[in-house]
This record gives sequence, C-alpha cells and structure tokens, in this order.
Amino acid sequence: MARDMSDIDILKMELEQLKKEVSTPREPVSKTSKDTMDWCEAASGTDLLITGVPDDKNPYKPEKGGCIIT
Amino acid sequence: MCDQTFLAITFGPCDSCSENRPLMNLYIKTEPINYCSLCMEIMACQGLASGETLKSLKAESETLRKKLEEERKKLHDVELEKVAEKAEALGELNMKTRRTLKGHGNKVLCMDWCKDKRRIVSSSQVCLFTLMYMGLDNKCSVYPLSLDKDENLAAKKKSVAMHTNYLSGCTFTNSDMQILTSSGDGTSALWDVESGQLLQSFHGHSADVLTLDLAPSETGNTFVSGGSDKKANVWDLRSGQNVQSFDTHDSDINCVKYYPSGDAFASASDDSTCRLFDLRADREVSIYSKDSIMFGAASVDFSLSGRLLFAGYNDYTINVWDVLKGTRVAILFGHENRVSSLRVSPDGTAFCSGSWDNTLRVRQEGRGVGRELKQGGTTLYG
Repeated sequence: MARDMSDIDILKMELEQLKKEVSTPREPVSKTSKDTMDWCEAASGTDLLITGVPDDKNPYKPEKGGCIIT
Repeated sequence: MCDQTFLAITFGPCDSCSENRPLMNLYIKTEPINYCSLCMEIMACQGLASGETLKSLKAESETLRKKLEEERKKLHDVELEKVAEKAEALGELNMKTRRTLKGHGNKVLCMDWCKDKRRIVSSSQVCLFTLMYMGLDNKCSVYPLSLDKDENLAAKKKSVAMHTNYLSGCTFTNSDMQILTSSGDGTSALWDVESGQLLQSFHGHSADVLTLDLAPSETGNTFVSGGSDKKANVWDLRSGQNVQSFDTHDSDINCVKYYPSGDAFASASDDSTCRLFDLRADREVSIYSKDSIMFGAASVDFSLSGRLLFAGYNDYTINVWDVLKGTRVAILFGHENRVSSLRVSPDGTAFCSGSWDNTLRVRQEGRGVGRELKQGGTTLYG
C-alpha cells in the first residue's frame, strides 16, 4: 500500500515501472490521430448531443403550452 | 551560561555492541542512548549509504524518464489538432437545461444513470454508484436498490470491499459479479461480490487514488486510474500489472474517462486542465485549457461519438470541448456551486451534472427540437 511505503520503496517501484515502459510498443501519432478522427466522424452523425434529439424520440422534451420570458 | 548539570556516562557497556568502551552520549527524542564511538561511526556510515542509494535511484529514474520521453517524442510526428483540421466543424452548440432535480438537502457528490437509461441515482455526503455504497468507514457495500420505500435497505446491505483508507471510486466490472474500487490508501482492488474476497490488487500509485474508469470494450480487461501523485495509470485487470503510466498533469487527477472507442482516455485535474492520452501512441495528444480557466476540473465525460468532452469545474461552470480540434465550443452556467460529477446518459441523448448547490441538471442539445426557447444558461464561445 503506497501509504505505508517508504520513500526508497516508492522510488524502487517507480524505477521498475520506468524500466518496463521504456520498451512499450508505440504507434505514430499521425496514425492514431487519424484513427481517432475516423472513428469519431463515423459515429458523430448519430451523436444526439451534437445533432439534437427529434421531439418524438426525446425523453426530456420541453414542456408544451407555456412560454418563458427572459 | 548553562546552569544545568548533566549526568553523563563516559565509559561503560555500549547500548549497541555491549563492549566496555568510551561512550558517546546521544539523545534521540529525549531518550539518552549510550553508543561507543565505533558503533556511532558505523551508524553514521549506514545513514550516508542509504542517502547514497536514494540519490542513485533518483538519478537512474531521471535517466530512464528522459529516455522514455525521447522514445515518445520520436513518434509524435503531428498534432491531433492538425490532423483534425480536415474534420467537419461542429457549428454552434445550443445546450439547454431540460430538468433541474432538487431534493437533496446537501451537496451532491456523486451521480450515475441507471441501466434503464431514464433514471438517475445520486447521493450526497456518501457516494452511491448504481448499486454500491462507499462509506466513510473504508468499506464498499452493495445494496439492492428498490423503489419500495418500506423496504429496509440497511438489512440487505452487503459489505464487499475493505481498504485501509477512504474509498474514492468504485464500479461493477462487465461481469457484475466483481467490483473494482480505488482508495486513498494508494491502491485499487478487484473484489468478488459474492464472497467478498480480494481477487487482485493494483499497486503503482505513490499517493491517494482518486478515480478510476473501466475500459468500454467487454474484451478490454483494462482500467485507468488517476491519483494525487498527478499520475494516470493503465492497468491489466487480470495480471494486476501497471501497463502504462502518464505523468504530465501538474496537480491531482480528479477524474479519468475512457474515450468511447477504448483507444484513449481523458483526465480532469486540479491544474485546471483536461487532457487526452492516446494509448496506442502512449502519450498525451491534447490539452483542453484556457488562460481564463483557473479553477480545477472535477469531472469529465464524452458524448457517444467521442467528439464532445463535457467537463465540470470548481468555478461552477461546465465547459464543452471539441475533442478533435482542441477548442472550447460552449460554456454552460446554471450551477451555483462546484460541479462535482458529470455523466452522459447511456442512450447519449442527454448529460447530467451534480453540484455542491444540492441540485442535478439534465441538459441536451437544443437543435432539432424545432422550438427555440430563449432560455438562459448557454453562452457560445469561439
């Protein structure tokens, strides 16, 4: 448990982690960014927080019959 | 002038080696200790040696950290915003408050949507996650939720997880038979609900773990955690291994959330920024911040496509970020105190925010509704 560890133990733990991570396989950002963008664009047509929700399918449609004056 | 007299033994048995030798008189927390000069020298040398190990460990860490940074930099051939220039612009958002839920008599600290998509579970003071309860007693308990008011919920409570310090987060895993908890004791842990047995614990944070999120895909078997050591760590659920670690934040990480595709995650921090980390590129790919935002971010969530990132802040606002282009597309007012938690509904039609002002607000995009209500609450920023 980190709370019970001494400074030296924490340092050792961090060092072990760094040793592992130096050889982590990586992909270029140009490729992953494009993948992220393609994934997002494919899904954004049906993203209701971007497109809005049609009234007939909206569980939270605004109350009708009143008006709000601001 | 000192007018006190001390009785000091100058020769006799050493407290350490028991040999009769000339003694050095030493006080540790007012306790007199009589060590011979030889033992004293040895003690001093040991102290120096441990200082030496700390120093060499630190140096080795620093070298490796630099190497890691270089390796990550090599593949940082372009910025996400640059790639996203080709992406269609979002246009103006028009987020509207649809419901304001009052009823709590105290700060709302936590909320989540039920699986039936329409109901919300929220809690003040103690944290209630769908069917779980994180007490202040370092325990995590499971309650069967019921709308029947006469039912005695306390009688059906089941204690599952136990940490040595406070609990900060918990979630059911995809199997529903296990829960995953994060704690101020610096660890996360996986528990079996039925037996209450600890299945796996996750060590790697050097301070309190404040948040966790499970990977969205059912085969993913990873989760990400964030802590007050400013680190976000990615873990393998099965092996307990810390597979990736990101330490670019300048302060506590309050919330982490997987990108819906599972290939990245976002974080919210007390350093008043939110960031996006790509797991395949193994690095931070975007920072969502503005000079005008000076308060910490407490909670984040993505819209279903991952294009929008909603973030709740301690300055009572919610900022909506364009994940790809890295720009702020809207700032939402309405809450009268810190926004503590924020979640997009499972069907993606709305998002709900909980606040220290004792209320919850459900908001949606107002486009396509047909009727334009000039309700206050949303201001548009470029």
